[in-house]
Amino acid sequence: MAPVIAVEHLRKAYGSFVAVEDVSFDVREGEIFGLLGPNGAGKTTSVECIQGLRVPEAGAITVLGLDPRTQAAQLRRLVGSQLQESALPGRLKVWEALDLFASLVPGGPDWRQVMERWGLTEKATASFASLSGGQRQRLLVALAVVNEPRVVFLDEMTTGLDPAARRATWQLIEAVRDGGATLVLVTHFMDEAEHLCDRLAIIDGGRIVATGSPQGLIAEHGGELLIRFSTDRSDVSFLEEIEWVDTVSRRGTHVAVAGHGPVLALVGAELVRNGIVPDDLRVQQATLEDVFLRLTGRGLED
Amino acid sequence: MNSLLKTTWVETKLFLREPVTVLFTFALPLMVLYVLGGVFGNEPDSGGNGDLVVYGGYGPTNWYTPAYVGLAIAGVAMIGVPAHIAEYRDRGVLRRLRASSVPRITFLSSQLIVAFLIATIGSILLLAVAFATTEVEPPESAGLFLLAFVLGAVCFSAFGILLGTVLPTARAAQSAGLLLWFLFMFVSGSGPPPEVLPESLATAGDYAPLTPVIKVLQEPWLSCEWAVGPSLAVLGIGVVSAAAAYFLFKWE
Repeated sequence: MAPVIAVEHLRKAYGSFVAVEDVSFDVREGEIFGLLGPNGAGKTTSVECIQGLRVPEAGAITVLGLDPRTQAAQLRRLVGSQLQESALPGRLKVWEALDLFASLVPGGPDWRQVMERWGLTEKATASFASLSGGQRQRLLVALAVVNEPRVVFLDEMTTGLDPAARRATWQLIEAVRDGGATLVLVTHFMDEAEHLCDRLAIIDGGRIVATGSPQGLIAEHGGELLIRFSTDRSDVSFLEEIEWVDTVSRRGTHVAVAGHGPVLALVGAELVRNGIVPDDLRVQQATLEDVFLRLTGRGLED
Repeated sequence: MNSLLKTTWVETKLFLREPVTVLFTFALPLMVLYVLGGVFGNEPDSGGNGDLVVYGGYGPTNWYTPAYVGLAIAGVAMIGVPAHIAEYRDRGVLRRLRASSVPRITFLSSQLIVAFLIATIGSILLLAVAFATTEVEPPESAGLFLLAFVLGAVCFSAFGILLGTVLPTARAAQSAGLLLWFLFMFVSGSGPPPEVLPESLATAGDYAPLTPVIKVLQEPWLSCEWAVGPSLAVLGIGVVSAAAAYFLFKWE
C-alpha cells in the first residue's frame, strides 16, 4: 500500500540559514507518526512544507497522491492542522470559532456535531481567552478536524500545558486517530512521542538521524538492559554464562545484571531453574531520551 | 462567498467587542463634537473686524460636523484596523487562518468591509448626536454626501489596512495609529480652522491623507458641490493602499 505521505530529500533554507538539510520519511495510513527533535531542528519547517504552506528548495513530497507545491488547494480539503504558535482571537466564542472554520474548509459534518463530539457544547458561548489550557487544546483539535480530514498535523500541542492537561490532550490525539485519520505529531517531548507514536523520526540539525518505532529505536540504539532483583543466595555466577548477559554485579543482597537483546527472558528462566524466584525482579530499560542522547550527543532540552 | 460573509460577520462582532476600538471609534469623535461645538457655536464668521474669514465663511458647526464624520472614519481606519491586523499577526491568528487556506484577498476584503460597517455605525451615531444637540443644518446635498462618505470610508479603510500590514507589531500599530489620528485631526480641517494654522502645520495638512477625505465630505454638506480634485486624491490613496497592502501582506 502506498504511504499516505512520502517525503524525499526535502531541503529548505531561509537566506543563509538551512532549516532542513535532507529529510526523508514515509507515513503509513492510520498511524501516528512523530517528528521528534529539539527546538530549531527543522520539524515545523518540514511539516509546513508538507502542507504546502512553504515552498521547499529541493526534494519531492506527495501527500495522499498530491503534490503540495502544485495542488495545495485540493490538499487543504483533505488535511487538517494545528500549527505551532497559532491562536484564536481572545474574544472569539467557541461556537463562533467552530462555525467559522467549518465554513472556511467545507465538506465536514455540521459544526454542532463536532462541538458535541469534542465535549465543547457546554462551553459554546465562552470566549477563547476564558478557556483553560486543556479546553483550548480541545477546541484547537476540534477545529483541526472540523472538515473530517484524512491527515492531521499537530505541532507542539502540549507545550506549556500542566501534566493533567497534557494527558488529556494525549487522549484527544488518540481519539483523532481512532476516528480514522492519519496523524503527524511534531513534538520535543520524549515521553509524548514514546506514548503516542507508532513510528517516529528523530530529527536534529535539519537531518533525520533515525526512524523507527519507539521500542525499535530503543532496542537498536538504547544500549543495554539492566535487570535488578534481590536474593540471599551468595553465588549467582551461573548468570554470567547466559549468552546475552554482559556483566553481573552484586551489592549485599541486591544483584544487577546488564545485558541486551532477549536477556530478560533468559535471566528469568535461569533464575527459576536455580530456585530463585524474587518478588522484586525489575527491568530498567533505556528511554527515547537515552536514544536521542546517544544519536545526537546531547539532550533535548539544551 | 459564504466564507467571506462569515469571516466578515465574525470580525464585525470581534471589532465591537474590543473596548479600545469602541472608545476611539464611537466616543472620541462625539467628545470632540461636544467640546468644540460648545466652544465655537454655529455663527458664521463675518470677517467684520478686518480679520481673515475662517471656516470659509460657513457656520463652525456646519463646517465641523462633516469633518467629524471624517474623524470617525479615521478612528476606525487608523486606530482600530492597524492594531487589529497587527495583533492577529503577533498572536498567530493569521497563521491559523492561513492553515485553513483562507485566501489573503478574503481576509483583506473582510477587514475592509468590517471597517466600512463600523465607520458607518460610528458616523450615524455621530450625526444623530450632532442633530440632536447642536444647531447643525442638514447637508446641502444628502446624495452627494452619502457618496462622499462611501468613497472616503472605503479608501481610508484601505489606508488603515496598509498600516496594519506594514507596521511590525500590535504595539507599534496602536501607537502609530493614535499619533497619526491626533496629528491628522489637527491639520486636516477637523481641528483648528485651517486658515489659522501656522505655515508648517498647514503644509502638513496639505499632505495628510485625511485632508482630502474631509474636503470631499465637506463640499456636498456645505455647498452642494463635489470636490473633484480631493475625490481623485482619496481614490488614489485607496487604490494605492489596497494594492500595496495586498502585495506586502504577510501571514506572520
